[in-house]
Amino acid sequence: MSWIPFWPDTASNTAVTVNTLAIGLFAVSAFICLVVYALILLFAFRYRRGGSADRSHRVKKSWHWEIGWTSATLIAFLVLFVWGAGAYLWLYQPPANAGDEIYVVGKQWMWKVEHPGGQREIDALHVPLGRPIRLVLTSQDVIHSFFIPDFRIKHDVLPGQYETMWFTATKKGEFRIECTQFCGTQHAEMGGWVTVMDPADYQRWLNDQGAEPDLARQGEALFRQLGCSGCHGANSTVHAPSLAGIYGKPVQLEGGRSEIVDDRYIHDCIMLPRTERVAGYPPIMPTFAGQIGEEDVLKLVAYIKSLGNPASAAR
Amino acid sequence: MTVTTFIPAKSTAVKNYLTAGFGIRSWLLTTDHKRIGLMFFGSVTFFFFIGGAAATLIRLDLLDPAGRLVQPDMYNRLFTMHGVVMVWFFLIPSIPTTLGNFFLPLMIGAKDLAFPRLNLLSWYLFNASGILAVYFLLVGGVDTGWTFYTPLSSQYATGHVLPAAMAVFVNGFSSILTGLNFIVTTHRLRAPGMTWFRLPLFVWAIYATSLVMVLATPVLAMTLALMSMERFLGIGLFDPAIGGDPLLFQHLFWFYSHPAVYIMILPAMGVVSEVIACYARKPVFGYRGMAYALMSIAVIGFFVWGHHMFVTGMSLYSGVVFSFMSFIVAVPSAIKVFNWIATLHKGWITFDAPMLYALGFVGLFTTGGVTGLVVATLAADVHLHDTYFVIAHFHFIMVGGTVSAYFAGLHYWWPKITGRLYPEMWARLAAILTFTGFNFTFFPQFILGYLGMPRRYHAYPPEFQVWNVLSSAGASILAIAYILPLAYLGWSLLYGKRAGSNPWHATGLEWMTSSPPPEHNFVRTPVVTSAPYAYPDPETLADEPAGRRPQA
Ligand code: HEC
Ligand SMILES: [Cu+2]
Ligand SMILES: [Cu+2]
Repeated sequence: MSWIPFWPDTASNTAVTVNTLAIGLFAVSAFICLVVYALILLFAFRYRRGGSADRSHRVKKSWHWEIGWTSATLIAFLVLFVWGAGAYLWLYQPPANAGDEIYVVGKQWMWKVEHPGGQREIDALHVPLGRPIRLVLTSQDVIHSFFIPDFRIKHDVLPGQYETMWFTATKKGEFRIECTQFCGTQHAEMGGWVTVMDPADYQRWLNDQGAEPDLARQGEALFRQLGCSGCHGANSTVHAPSLAGIYGKPVQLEGGRSEIVDDRYIHDCIMLPRTERVAGYPPIMPTFAGQIGEEDVLKLVAYIKSLGNPASAAR
Repeated sequence: MTVTTFIPAKSTAVKNYLTAGFGIRSWLLTTDHKRIGLMFFGSVTFFFFIGGAAATLIRLDLLDPAGRLVQPDMYNRLFTMHGVVMVWFFLIPSIPTTLGNFFLPLMIGAKDLAFPRLNLLSWYLFNASGILAVYFLLVGGVDTGWTFYTPLSSQYATGHVLPAAMAVFVNGFSSILTGLNFIVTTHRLRAPGMTWFRLPLFVWAIYATSLVMVLATPVLAMTLALMSMERFLGIGLFDPAIGGDPLLFQHLFWFYSHPAVYIMILPAMGVVSEVIACYARKPVFGYRGMAYALMSIAVIGFFVWGHHMFVTGMSLYSGVVFSFMSFIVAVPSAIKVFNWIATLHKGWITFDAPMLYALGFVGLFTTGGVTGLVVATLAADVHLHDTYFVIAHFHFIMVGGTVSAYFAGLHYWWPKITGRLYPEMWARLAAILTFTGFNFTFFPQFILGYLGMPRRYHAYPPEFQVWNVLSSAGASILAIAYILPLAYLGWSLLYGKRAGSNPWHATGLEWMTSSPPPEHNFVRTPVVTSAPYAYPDPETLADEPAGRRPQA
């Protein structure tokens, strides 16, 4: 190897934000360390035993010194805190114009990616340059963490939760994906590559991925295959709620609670139907935990979501 | 410290604690805090080298990007073993159970701890749990990391998770008993005139540590018990597939494990305060501020645990609160660093081994501290969390800080413990090697971390190799620096010069009694009449203060 790396590549808008902050933090840290080391060496030399430096008029009243450096450090710390917190809230809240969601499922020991158009990849993620991308992350088993060092972002990936993460890639190329939460034997091998492409190339790439139907369609097929339609279908005789148009609306639950129907809610209805039941319906919805994987759940979610959106339902 | 009842240094009439009894029973059944302190010293040294062996294999494996030395599962077991042994069987007990056990009663003028038999029980629990832990870590192994995160630990891991958790659980009782003993002793057994603000800072530090031990450790025990219930009985607590919440485990775990960091560092701060005052021949600058800082670190340290969870999906605003609290807890630590430096100002500084270790501590602790602020900064932690940057940060605090202070204290009090002087030049060499080796080992890891090398990887992208090789090379220096004291301290037991009761001309009640101290510490109970660190002020002195260190 001919070169020594000191700094990672800066390949996204998030990387720029974190870099600026990190440089500020490193500068403050280096300054503090320098002052401490310099003072120790200076005093150690001047006041060494046998040295002739003047020792009279020692500082005896210590409190005003202490108040001095306490308030100085406090103020410096508060500035850093506010800076870091502001950047964090920006980093972890996807902007309104972030595009379609790309789903990422972590699994011992691989990353499975599903694009909204139904394209699938393993240990790889293709994204267009210059467009905000939103990832929705979940895990099939233990906790993993999705990390792209050159974008300076990571997020833990938990079973039973949907976490979101976003970025706008600003540089074409291939960038490492790593798993940073220890997840068992092959934790170190669990990784992959993000490929950032020109939007036109990206479109071409999407089209070349074979003629898989989009996620919602795949979900619709599953919905029939798994027998959901037997209960939830329009001409079913079972007393089960219709799923058309529920997404994004509040639902009244047994026990008086109400919740907004979102990805996680639908996930739990399918995998953990005992935890929340729609008011006025019998507890007959079976659990699908152990029968279907998280990727299939995501397809069902996409399908139910499309039912809530007349435009895409019409497709 | 002025003491009205002066005890003659050479009182040949009294037997010292080492000669008070012979034979194995006189040790295994002893209730003398000094003997138990020595027995703990033996135990933690043993575990230190076990944890160190695991670290050695880890660093050897990482010389090669493909990590071909050990299998991935073996690697995972090694770092679990390294973490479990070093945290619970070395760092947490290190200073409190050895130096604390030995010197807390001596420094407050007591005959023993409040509950001597409990103290012995604590040693037995410690060893039983330690041997259990090492056995299960070696045979079959545990591959969860020392953090035991669920659902990996409760549902997926294949190793001996349950017995290992049991061992840590039992170890917790040893910790709680020791903490309880120290608290009661500090409250009840201080010599006449030893008011709270005449206590040496080491006593304050041990007291603050004990509070944390007693309040935090039960939470660890409960957490591990709950985790075992899920693993063994399938009760859904942390695994979402059976209705649990994995983040709940992390909240509980870090509620203990963050304060545990202060269990490791507070005693170190105490030791360093004693040593710096002695070798600068000055009272510690801002003594009261230092005592309050210790206590506030112990208290605020309970409200920062969420800084381990900024990227877990915990609510963003609780992240903001935890980040804020983490900055606040750093303020008293900063005060301490400045006060140590101010203690040097206008002192008469000598650079004996304990002082070199202590100054090394201040430097490394500062580096570890400021990088702690970097990872406490929310957006920076999004990038740095679970990378080598974090590894470097906490090793600066725990290995750079705690272990340096431990060695500082060991050398400083060695003459008191053994009655012999250690060879000064060898000890200085070891101190300098520790500092150098340490920086070589861990500074490259900051760079690796920012580059994006995740922790707990047995193999890594080839471009990171340079820094890993540098780190492993540094570790070999560090290994020498740790083995060296074993040799010359051992040598000094037989051939070291007799120390006399106060070779450093230090203040403090422990130096008022003979070396090694008599069985019941003091021939007559001392009476204290002034504040600690009464080193003479040059303005009342014509020339340099008396008391040059005797040459070994
Ligand atoms: C045996 C009949 C039955 C089957 C099969 C069934 N469900 Fe249900 N489902 C119900 C009933 C009854 C409810 C209402 C009570 C409840 O919430 O448990 C319900 C509730 C739901 C809800 C919550 C609806 C709301 O208004 O909030 C969703 C979403 C859902 N089911 C999705 C599915 C999916 C997806 C499948 C197939 C994988 C499926 N169900 C299979 C009977 C069924
Ligand atoms: Cu992993
Ligand atoms: Cu912490």
